[in-house]
Amino acid sequence: MADDALFEFLHMEIVAHVYRDLQFIKGETDNKDRASRVSILEGMGYRVGQGLIERLTRDSPCFKDELDVMKFICKDFWTKVFRRQVDNLRTNHQGTYVLQDNKFNLLTQLSNGKQYLDQAPKYLAFSCGVVRGALSNLGLESVVTAEVSIMPSCKFQVVIQKL
Amino acid sequence: LITVKHKSPLYFKINSELFTLTYGALVTQLCKDYENDEEVNKQLDKMGYNIGVRLIEDFLARSSVGRCQDFRETADVIAKVAFKTYLGVTPSVTNWSPAGDEFSLILESNPLVDFVELPDNHNALIYSNLLCGVLRGALEMVQMAVDVKFVQDTLRGDNVTEIRMKFIKRIEENLPAGDE
Repeated sequence: MADDALFEFLHMEIVAHVYRDLQFIKGETDNKDRASRVSILEGMGYRVGQGLIERLTRDSPCFKDELDVMKFICKDFWTKVFRRQVDNLRTNHQGTYVLQDNKFNLLTQLSNGKQYLDQAPKYLAFSCGVVRGALSNLGLESVVTAEVSIMPSCKFQVVIQKL
Repeated sequence: LITVKHKSPLYFKINSELFTLTYGALVTQLCKDYENDEEVNKQLDKMGYNIGVRLIEDFLARSSVGRCQDFRETADVIAKVAFKTYLGVTPSVTNWSPAGDEFSLILESNPLVDFVELPDNHNALIYSNLLCGVLRGALEMVQMAVDVKFVQDTLRGDNVTEIRMKFIKRIEENLPAGDE
């Protein structure tokens, strides 16, 4: 079933829609406008992440600690959502994790290298939300951001919020 | 806004969930952004169209289906190859008009609506309307102008989901000025 392709097309059109069709209040600064659009995408991803993780972990045993959760995200979850595993996971063992995906599948259609680099954040917002939503349902509140220096490689930064 | 219910593991299709959940999030967002169901339906159709005009290339590359000889063949390819490839279901093709220019696709189960319930205040919402746009956009790229709409919807209490497709006309390929 090629619904992965269908998801990718849907994702691209959703991003296009948010930037093309949504009118915000006139007079808002460019920055504020951009932040609103990004947060809409991120919010959608959040709901999807929550839904996905519920199904994925229904029969799984509990995780023994935070690092265990992050490894699960990097392997099983990433494979389910982004069709491959995270290439590299680093942590400072104090709640900050960096997940590196060298061939992030939602960026491969954009470019190889530096072209369209300024467009990349639009295409990462939804995915950041997916990760944040997944972690939230696993009991971890977080802030998730992503950065790209050379496409299609990107790094997701996850900072677990201690309550 | 649109609640998501659990179904038993028998209906649990791992791969399609990402698409289904994302689609649900989109419809929910559109319901927030637009004032009424008609606007949402229009937006879904437009977005579907934009997807369809690109998806056709993906489909043709994947399936190596040749040019269809007639509308009947088109119907078969849509039902048995396209739907199967992208949504994992094969609708049946029925209710042909006498002129052979109109038919129905009947879906016993619509994968887009797994786990979805429509709340009461969205009576005019055509939840899966994206599909109509996708079909319209894809066929336009192979020179067919069609009209596509839902006539039955399990989400609205019907027994099946039925999509009606009508052939409008062949679109002449546009040649640049000066070409013979």
